[in-house]
Amino acid sequence: MKIIGPFIAVCVLACIAWLGTGPLSLYTLFGIIIPYLAFAAFIVGFIIRIVNWGRSAVPFRIPTTAGQEKSLPWIKQNKLDNPSSKAGVFGRMALEVLLFRSLFRNASTEKTEDGIAIGSAKWLWLGALIFHWSMLIIVLRHFRLFLDPIPAWISALEGIDGMFQIGLPVIYLTDLGIVAGLTFLFLRRVVVPRIRYISQAIDYFPLFLLLGIACAGIIMRYFTKVDMSAVKELCLGLVSFQPVANVTEPIFYVHVFLVCCLLVYFPWSKLMHAGGVFFSPTRNMANNSRAVRHVNPWNYEVKKHTYEEYENENWEKMKALGLPLDFEHVKEEEPPAEAEGAKADAAEGANAGAAEGAAAEAATTQDSEG
Amino acid sequence: MKKTGMIAFIVVFCVLALLPFAANAVSPKAPLELDYNTPAINMLEEHKCIEDTEFMKSSHMQLLDQWRNDVVRNGDIVYTATDGTRYEKSLDDTCLACHSNPEDFCDRCHTYEGVEPFCWDCHNSFGLWREDANNEALWQDYVSQVEGGQQ
Repeated sequence: MKIIGPFIAVCVLACIAWLGTGPLSLYTLFGIIIPYLAFAAFIVGFIIRIVNWGRSAVPFRIPTTAGQEKSLPWIKQNKLDNPSSKAGVFGRMALEVLLFRSLFRNASTEKTEDGIAIGSAKWLWLGALIFHWSMLIIVLRHFRLFLDPIPAWISALEGIDGMFQIGLPVIYLTDLGIVAGLTFLFLRRVVVPRIRYISQAIDYFPLFLLLGIACAGIIMRYFTKVDMSAVKELCLGLVSFQPVANVTEPIFYVHVFLVCCLLVYFPWSKLMHAGGVFFSPTRNMANNSRAVRHVNPWNYEVKKHTYEEYENENWEKMKALGLPLDFEHVKEEEPPAEAEGAKADAAEGANAGAAEGAAAEAATTQDSEG
Repeated sequence: MKKTGMIAFIVVFCVLALLPFAANAVSPKAPLELDYNTPAINMLEEHKCIEDTEFMKSSHMQLLDQWRNDVVRNGDIVYTATDGTRYEKSLDDTCLACHSNPEDFCDRCHTYEGVEPFCWDCHNSFGLWREDANNEALWQDYVSQVEGGQQ
């Protein structure tokens, strides 16, 4: 059910778009209204998630990330894995975001006759890399539908993507890559017993949704065909706020509707790791705890009672007893009315006051140490 | 993350997401119009391509690819259309005989949709259809070279 459920859900979504535009011809709804709403939901949802994360408590710098931290001059620091500067953090984050460095470190442990064997496990890294890069290039390629004239870099990207010129329309490598990547990521969850055990419906749903989007796009491009000039007109209309829904092929609306579902689903799901990776505490902070003092930002202001103040308050008594005085006495300006009473109180509670002061000081010391 | 970092992140995200909108606000779109006004088309009694418009629009590239393979690899140069009419399988002599304005017909749509067909990788080199005196000479050059090579 964990697998079938999400699969059926994606099929139902596809059917909704198919029925809505095939027999019902609701082109304006599926071509204009839903895409606008979905895009708005994506932007707003994304920002809400970012703000929530940005406002939540951040732990101290984590000095135990992989690699040697900055230490004595003759110990070689691993500047990318355990950076102490902003540039290093940028490099570590870039490697993580662009090349999935932490997945590259995956290891697998196996029991052998001799004992335990530990080896590197790069399959997840490779599959994830193929999927994500294909996805990025596909998204960028789609900008040819939203821009007129088409910038040269998009044409160049398309040229590289279809460089083998196989078939007509030319097969894009990323189309193969995204399907292969998603299939691998799906099979991994099904085939490996441990991963299957921890996989939930929410792990399968995005995979099926993305596969559905990719398949609808591939069918549209290579097999059933759509009127591309109408598609471009629709896309340009959307981004210039003069929308026209003149595409009539249901497969196009299946593709678009599934993308809309993805956009709405994205900010509230595990897919939000796209934004969340930038908030990883082990990735986005320099390990400079030894060089820089970091004060807990939500520490309340501790009320301090310094010895100077203490001496000042008890100056006269201390002077009378002949105790050594370290500071120059600053006479408080006595308020006229309550002065007498206050003075009497001070005299009565002199000992108690001193004790309190000492206690407060002790507490202060503890606080600042903690 | 610090507040400035968060705000910077949101700003970058919004700018990226709204870039297509901004780009279109700056340079408004020009509608796509294909030019069918050529002498050969105007002389036709019925304005009709070799197959129906729907098919030509969606599948002309596959038709041309098929023609290329048929002619170059199998020497098969006759295309029988759905209505029985026979045509020569030739981009230059059939397609471009009528559509003698590829800049305003082929290119316009291809540019609009960002498609880069490789037809012109070969056909353009010798200016078979571009009205350019120099290219006629080039073509003659090419023909004599090929004939010379075959002998």
